[in-house]
Amino acid sequence: MGKLKEKIIESLLAVSGLLTILTTIGIIWVLFSESISFFSHVPLSDFLFDTQWTPLFVNKQYGILPLVCGTFLISIIAILVAMPIGLTIAVYLSEYAPQKFRRVIKPLLEVLAAVPTVVYGFFALTVLTPFLQKFIPDLGSFNALSAGIVMGIMIIPLVSSLSEDALYAIPKSLREASYGMGATRFQTAFKVAVPAASSGIVVSVILAIARAIGETMIVTIAAGQRPVITIDPRDAVETITAYIVQVSLGDVQHGSLEYQTIFAVGITLFIFTFILNNISFWAKKKYHQKYE
Amino acid sequence: MKQIEAKNVNAYYGDNHVLKNINMDIMPNSVTAFIGPSGCGKSTFLRMFNRMNDYIEGFRKEGEILIDGIEIYHKNVKVEELRQKVGMVFQTPNPFPKSVYENVVYGLKVQGVKNKKILSEVVERSLTQAALWEEVKDSLNKSALSLSGGQQQRLCIARALAVEPGIILMDEPAASLDPISTAKIEELITGLKKNYTIIIVTHNMQQATRVSDKTAFFYVGELIEYEQTAKLFSKPVNAKTENYISGRFG
Ligand SMILES: Nc1ncnc2c1ncn2[C@@H]1O[C@H](COP(=O)(O)OP(=O)(O)O)[C@@H](O)[C@H]1O
Ligand SMILES: [Mg+2]
Repeated sequence: MGKLKEKIIESLLAVSGLLTILTTIGIIWVLFSESISFFSHVPLSDFLFDTQWTPLFVNKQYGILPLVCGTFLISIIAILVAMPIGLTIAVYLSEYAPQKFRRVIKPLLEVLAAVPTVVYGFFALTVLTPFLQKFIPDLGSFNALSAGIVMGIMIIPLVSSLSEDALYAIPKSLREASYGMGATRFQTAFKVAVPAASSGIVVSVILAIARAIGETMIVTIAAGQRPVITIDPRDAVETITAYIVQVSLGDVQHGSLEYQTIFAVGITLFIFTFILNNISFWAKKKYHQKYE
Repeated sequence: MKQIEAKNVNAYYGDNHVLKNINMDIMPNSVTAFIGPSGCGKSTFLRMFNRMNDYIEGFRKEGEILIDGIEIYHKNVKVEELRQKVGMVFQTPNPFPKSVYENVVYGLKVQGVKNKKILSEVVERSLTQAALWEEVKDSLNKSALSLSGGQQQRLCIARALAVEPGIILMDEPAASLDPISTAKIEELITGLKKNYTIIIVTHNMQQATRVSDKTAFFYVGELIEYEQTAKLFSKPVNAKTENYISGRFG
């Protein structure tokens, strides 16, 4: 009887595992097959090196660079916000804060990540941009800057929480060794704890970047939908994800070349996050080796 | 002239009274062993000499500890400077995940010493004193974690010696080592006595007799007996000491 029950549970688990794998394969399959038919119409070299992205206009050009540029511009702004703040919080919580405080603050910070991204998007558009316009007069109502900053705020908990875990995992004996040599708390934090946790911190930052690259709502709402190559954060830009939303919501005909563009840009996005996830996986492995 | 003086020291973790009215004088250039059953307060007492308990939440002390005549818990004493004078070696080897070289120069770098020549001299001198130089002189840039346990512990001793502390606290420094490494550490302690005052916590009574001049026996937070090592082990005055050293409890 018990044996049969176990058999059933086992097969249920196997089936759900299989379903997950099949779904993933299915998604990748759709991405690839639609992209292949896209690339049979548009040469890969145009896609990679053309500097205009105008598939929805009469004069169609399929250069992905403007979308990549917009994606990276916003992600860089977001990381510039999230990394220093997130790391400061992580170091403060693990090296300075009393245990009780740490236990209260950590979950509170994670709430930041649970706020729906739509809310962040409208916050950027209706609060932050008007505020920034007081200091930066030629800031457009849609711009990379406020979308990037708000996205940075959103991913702070990703950086701080994972980095804090990495710092907290550093054996107490290493800190004691440092204090015992006459090091201050600050020196102990930055000469011993942070370097020892570096691979964990790198992982947290990479995952945060991956999250930023894949984030959709904030950029769709607040960054504008203007695919241009620019490094000026005051400009309106369009990211890969925002473009996908734009096409999906628009009245583009299914199966048309315009429609297939979203699979081509989708696979580009997939490749970026795939690479980032692999780097973080590799860094994580390295980090586990050190303490086993 | 005594170098360390503990006067009426009490220590608490929260409500747990773990050191009870301890008085002890320690002479310079001597080796003092702390013995006693687990949990009797040896480590707590040892860690008061470099104020290592400061960061433990709930720790509280009473009484005074004077080193070279200065009360080390006085508010004018900078704890970082104290720890440069009172070095520590821990129970399990805890080298930093850095190179051998970086481990040894850590204390000096923390003090702001940057001169490469001075640093290299100190590395050679400290590693030689810790009887490790011959084994690692060709691999100073290798990770300290690649050394054996015994080598790591001697590296930790070299790291402590690098800042010329004067006093070295050792909390069961050989507890995790094999007999050969243990013998090396004991030999080292005897050699270091010329220039350093050493306090060593040990579970191993043979070790106490081999390396120490005086021995202190602790029992549930009290200092029961503090005597010349030879005398304490041959003619203990207190019955508890006698029971402990003859292996009847602990
Ligand atoms: N960090 C700490 N927090 C609370 N209690 C502690 C702590 N460290 C030690 N103690 C308690 O203090 C007593 C003495 O411990 P310790 O000094 O480590 O003894 P020993 O080194 O002789 O084994 C024990 O009862 C132990 O449980
Ligand atoms: Mg102990």
